[in-house]
Amino acid sequence: MAKTFKILRFDPVRDANPHFQEFLHDPKPTDSILEALKDIRDRQDPSLAFRYSCREAVCGSCGLTVNGKICLACKEIVGRIEADLIVVEPLPNFEIQKDLVVDLAPFWEAYRHIEPYLQPEGEAPPGGHRVAEEKMEKVYQNITCILCACCYAACPVASRDGRYLGPAALAKLYRFVRDPRDRRPFESLAKVDSPTGVWGCDTVFRCNDVCPKSVRPADGIEGLRRTLVARRTKRLFKGKR
Amino acid sequence: MTEHDILIVGGGLAGLAAALSADPALRVAVVSKVHPLRSHSVVAQGGINAALGNNPDGRDDSWEKHAFDTIKGSDYLADQDAAELLCRMAVPAILELDGWGAPFSRFPDGTIAQRPFGGAGFPRTCYAQDRTGLVLLHTLYEQCVRRGIAFYDEWLVTTLVVRDGRCLGLVAFDLGSGEVMPLRSRAVIFATGGYGRVFLRTTNAYINLGGGIGMAFRAGVPLKDMEFVQFHPTSLHGKNILISEAARGEGGYLVNNRGRRFMEDYAPKTMELAPRDILARAIQTEVDKGHGFADEYVHLDLRHLGKDKILKRLPGIRDICLNFLGLDPIDAPIPIQPAQHYSMGGIDVDVDCASPVEGFYAAGECACVSVHGANRLGGNSLLEAVVFGKIAGASASRYVKGGSPPAAAERAVDEESRRFRDRLAEIRRRDSGENVFGLFNRLKAVMSENAGIFRTEKPLGRAREEIRALRDAAPKAYIYGSIGKYCQELLILAEFGYMLDVAEAIVQGALLREETRGSHYRRDFPVRLDDHWLKHTIVAWTERGLETSYRPVKTDKYKPQERKY
Repeated sequence: MAKTFKILRFDPVRDANPHFQEFLHDPKPTDSILEALKDIRDRQDPSLAFRYSCREAVCGSCGLTVNGKICLACKEIVGRIEADLIVVEPLPNFEIQKDLVVDLAPFWEAYRHIEPYLQPEGEAPPGGHRVAEEKMEKVYQNITCILCACCYAACPVASRDGRYLGPAALAKLYRFVRDPRDRRPFESLAKVDSPTGVWGCDTVFRCNDVCPKSVRPADGIEGLRRTLVARRTKRLFKGKR
Repeated sequence: MTEHDILIVGGGLAGLAAALSADPALRVAVVSKVHPLRSHSVVAQGGINAALGNNPDGRDDSWEKHAFDTIKGSDYLADQDAAELLCRMAVPAILELDGWGAPFSRFPDGTIAQRPFGGAGFPRTCYAQDRTGLVLLHTLYEQCVRRGIAFYDEWLVTTLVVRDGRCLGLVAFDLGSGEVMPLRSRAVIFATGGYGRVFLRTTNAYINLGGGIGMAFRAGVPLKDMEFVQFHPTSLHGKNILISEAARGEGGYLVNNRGRRFMEDYAPKTMELAPRDILARAIQTEVDKGHGFADEYVHLDLRHLGKDKILKRLPGIRDICLNFLGLDPIDAPIPIQPAQHYSMGGIDVDVDCASPVEGFYAAGECACVSVHGANRLGGNSLLEAVVFGKIAGASASRYVKGGSPPAAAERAVDEESRRFRDRLAEIRRRDSGENVFGLFNRLKAVMSENAGIFRTEKPLGRAREEIRALRDAAPKAYIYGSIGKYCQELLILAEFGYMLDVAEAIVQGALLREETRGSHYRRDFPVRLDDHWLKHTIVAWTERGLETSYRPVKTDKYKPQERKY
């Protein structure tokens, strides 16, 4: 059945302000919003700009807003949307570049800030690290994160304070903290021990609600808070590590 | 103009591995049309091969056995020295990735877990659940962040600049600023991935257009073995999203509409773990015989594995089925059909990833060393990307340090960027033209219909005619929006001409190769003919059209035998 797709448009060369444009399109019920957008582009308006890559919810390119819901366009199936009007907008909390494409620079900056790489102690043993199965499984909740920025877009704290690191970056840090091979110094963790880091979270869990990969970033923030308190206490009594 | 020592095009596994192995004293940067973490490597599920011997059933494994399986799997078209190099470097490559934090799944003793995969004599595929590509790409990107590697994200490379057999740099369109940018570089490494989207039914990401392969071709670098296109046996019916070989590695069954495990008729010894070319043909044959469902698909049944194993080992596959089909593989079989999956052929390079053009290197799926020959084994593509990416970074570094800067590079790169700007200006002056997305969709249909799993002379000839017709239409392609910031139309338009080159090279190779080998199956020539065809196809771009020649395969160690599974 044909549906009306009301899509936010903005061309930085031609438009002073963003505006909506409506397209009538008849997708298959099994089509994703991304497939619908591609068909609209291919057949009706090739200038429509949006990001895409894997179309199977693992590359993180196509985060946007569908009828007010922050989601991945490729994961949202048209047949599961009851409304005849489908409103498509870019991710909030970011500056629009063109149509549905936003500037993710603040998101990547936060990612780089937390030192998103393993910091082991010395060289790996010959034959590789031995890691207990249960311990490795503990990081799996966090490694499913595809850095799509949906959580950042939904976060009320990021919305009012551009300096806040946001859920994904903090959850990424927690992934390393949980990894038994990581031995990062306290100074590295202390970078998020602040109101723009872990203590900024309002614990309203919008990030957990919108995450398309069930990462539950807020669990990571909570875990980091506990880790920080424990490490600070330990340092107080035992000296450094 | 910005000047570099090494520019790497593509931010997938091969590109990032190259960046990490390049000499840190050199000016290195990665240019990618998407943010590197959006690269197609992220989609790989099942795993990466290395003869670690961690699996209790794999204690007798060795890199030599891995090499033999790779060569046999290739239907003896792989160069044996290259396959040996790949497999010898596999174990240290995995340990390095582990040391960088790759969260590989573990066995109870804490070692890296390994699962059985198709065409392999031992369980040697290392994995992180069924998200191996995701974790490896993220791990390499993390190391690039640690090392402070420079990135040009969302820069679409449009031209490889070569003069007198020497590579001088690139022209790129910076999507973020909407500007055409000349980029000078002493060496260039292409790690631009495969061409899956030249076909209609493919497991590949939307971005896998193959433009890099065509770009190198046009700049004078020959292509090798392009007719060898891998069709993955198990893609989700309709969507063609990959359902990993891991599903069969963990014990999944393929079943036809009579409830029979039909692989008994095709590969009785290895059944569902036969190599991909054999499986894809078997499934298509079953469907063609009327033994499929809806004349389109067969079932991949995981139900007997049980809920726990599916949740623990194949959670990503379950998510895909739930989300895209509303079906839970714990309770119902998965409808699957073959789809284009991998490009065995590609840019002609040697074991150092060097091409005949001085200063130009290629690695990963866009390149053909060749290690996969006529058919790639599952778990060998991530490995190839990591190992040869690394080799390319080292080779390009040696080249830059050993030579002197070329003369007149700046002028040549400027000239090429002016040419691209002129092309955009010409489009801007017009007020109509062809919709490039329409042309693109036509190309895909032509390739899937005529150059798919089963091939014969007539349809291949038709495909060649159609490609030539599209070539006439291509210059009329039009840009409907403004040519500036995030002109996403350019992502297709700039590569479309190169895609036609790639498609024509595939069809040409397939037409000429009158035998059946690995993935290349000719109904009119259904047997392998070693006496005449044990050789690589080399195709070069010339003003007169495509010129084909052949090169012997390096078969020093293992004599070609009949391939039985």
